[in-house]
Amino acid sequence: MQTILDTFKIAKKDLIEFSRDRVRLITFIIMPIFMMVMTGFIFPSQSSIKDIKIGIANADSGNGQKLADVLTNVEITKGSHAFIIQKYNNGDEIKEAIKKQKINGGVVIPADFSEALSGSRQAQVTIVQDQSNPQVSAIVTQSLTGIIQSYGQGIEEQKVAAILVSKSPVSRRDEGLIKSIINPIQVTMTGLFPGETNYFEFVAPGIMAMVVMTAVLTGLAASVSREKEQGTLDGILISPITRLSIVLGKALSQSVRGLAQGAVVMLLAIFLFGVTINGSILLVALILLLGIFSFVGLGILVSASATEQETATQLLFMFQFPMLFLSGAFFPIQQMPAVMQTISHLIPLTYGIEALRKVIILGGGISSVSNDLLILTGFGAVTLAIAVPTFKKMITR
Amino acid sequence: MEKIITVNKLTKKFKKFTALNEISFDVEKGEIFGFLGPNGAGKSTTIRILTTLLTPTAGSATVAGFDIIKEPDEVRKHIGLVAEKIILYDHLTAMENLEFFGGLNHLSGQEVRNRCERWLKRLGMAEWLDSQVGTFSTGMKQRINIARALLTEPAILFLDEPTLGLDPQTTYMIRTFIEELNKQGTTIILTTHDMIEAEALSNRVAIIDHGKITAVGTVEELKKTVKNKKNPTLEDVFLTVTGFEVRDGAGKVQPQSNGGHGHGPMGGGSKGRIR
Repeated sequence: MQTILDTFKIAKKDLIEFSRDRVRLITFIIMPIFMMVMTGFIFPSQSSIKDIKIGIANADSGNGQKLADVLTNVEITKGSHAFIIQKYNNGDEIKEAIKKQKINGGVVIPADFSEALSGSRQAQVTIVQDQSNPQVSAIVTQSLTGIIQSYGQGIEEQKVAAILVSKSPVSRRDEGLIKSIINPIQVTMTGLFPGETNYFEFVAPGIMAMVVMTAVLTGLAASVSREKEQGTLDGILISPITRLSIVLGKALSQSVRGLAQGAVVMLLAIFLFGVTINGSILLVALILLLGIFSFVGLGILVSASATEQETATQLLFMFQFPMLFLSGAFFPIQQMPAVMQTISHLIPLTYGIEALRKVIILGGGISSVSNDLLILTGFGAVTLAIAVPTFKKMITR
Repeated sequence: MEKIITVNKLTKKFKKFTALNEISFDVEKGEIFGFLGPNGAGKSTTIRILTTLLTPTAGSATVAGFDIIKEPDEVRKHIGLVAEKIILYDHLTAMENLEFFGGLNHLSGQEVRNRCERWLKRLGMAEWLDSQVGTFSTGMKQRINIARALLTEPAILFLDEPTLGLDPQTTYMIRTFIEELNKQGTTIILTTHDMIEAEALSNRVAIIDHGKITAVGTVEELKKTVKNKKNPTLEDVFLTVTGFEVRDGAGKVQPQSNGGHGHGPMGGGSKGRIR
């Protein structure tokens, strides 16, 4: 109980102190606005794809299976596949998998696919798009459409040859047949919700997670190292309170600041850039909180090891700079080289961003982000378990 | 006399540098103990270890009867610290600072006010409680800083250069305040480079140099160790014990040969009381 009270005392003092420092306050407000405005108008260039996870729900054993095989074997270069295919039973399963970000798109081939192709009807294929990632989705859709249409061209030639052999004239009323000759496979697009997403909708959850989570990392390290430098930390350390209270109090004040900044980013995204939050706002807050938690340990480790604020800033730059590019905040992870993709999955920010996208863009619920939340909690718990004793030891070394 | 601090073969190493090399001394209850030494001699390191802010590499020490390593929380309940740097937040008011540090010592706001009232009136700061500390002069900050250190009414007060950079008026006020506190029963450990201050205030003095205690005793006892000078001052004692080498790499300063108390390293006008 006393530990909790002490925690609040530390947090309250920190927040009062912070609110009275004009320079820090101005930076605190301007930084997210600057980042939002800047990134809101920048669109990255598209690039090629490799090993993109695609779901196929094929209900046809004839031509449908052949098309599925074609999609499976598309090679960019020798031995390097464009898609990694995962099989599903129907379109709904594909949508659910997209919501959980297990795949980045899907193809639904209906049971009458072969029958339609051999008859006088257009065969239908549905591409399910991942609206949480417009860049990757655009490339995936373009590639899938191209491959499917190209598969249809072979059928088209067979149909024309069959008509020429039969020598029976095609009636003007055979509109379906004409269409099935010109374009044997009709490709339709669908998503998890109506409409399309733009780059900013993709990037907004990334910025939100990045601002909140890195603000805690930098804020915590700066706060402790500033107190060290100014000598005020001695006043706290000489008090009969636990080191855990100090660490948790610092983390709590930074969490409040982080969440306040997150709210600023979210409001800007909604009102300035028209981003819609399709999922629960409470879930967004939970993800941000666990995101903050995942960085607390790292922040404490940096602050404990740095003797001066300047050093802490430099140390943090080492963490922040790669995270900016590798976490998928601005550029889709799927478009990165394989090694970078592996590294990106070692960064907690990646999971925070992924979870936020699932909830904000795809309207995912707790079940779709449970893995991400577990990883964030695990990362936070492990780093905190290392950080608290390290802090205790290093602060009096 | 009862020993309130005992230090036994205390050693502190920072990587290869030995800051303290098996130092031993005792502080008696109710005395003002002057802890003197050149820059980098180990004064602040010793104070930081005794106040539980640093862990020693070897050796042991007790403060107010509690082991500094095994019972740091108990030690903290009995000590106050006025460190080299002022322990106050510039963006908080004087009262908010006192309430914050009082709160960490589990004192209520009312208790903090009651305890501080007499100190702050005595130090002339009672009217400044609602002003932010950042707007204060160094002297004002130091007076609030001393009140902060006294919040818990500690049995032992560590003062690490408490009058450094202060004007003569504030210095005088703080020195007399230290004496008053001591008369009321507070044991005081004072580090200072000001030999006048040390001589005027200290009952006993220890001199540390290169991480080793080189002299301990009353001022009068130590003065008797200076053989080549009439009416030696504490500064003469200090220079005899620690030598004339400037510790920041500037070389050696030659002692004056006039034997008087001028403004050189041998003199410094250190004769007589501060008042």
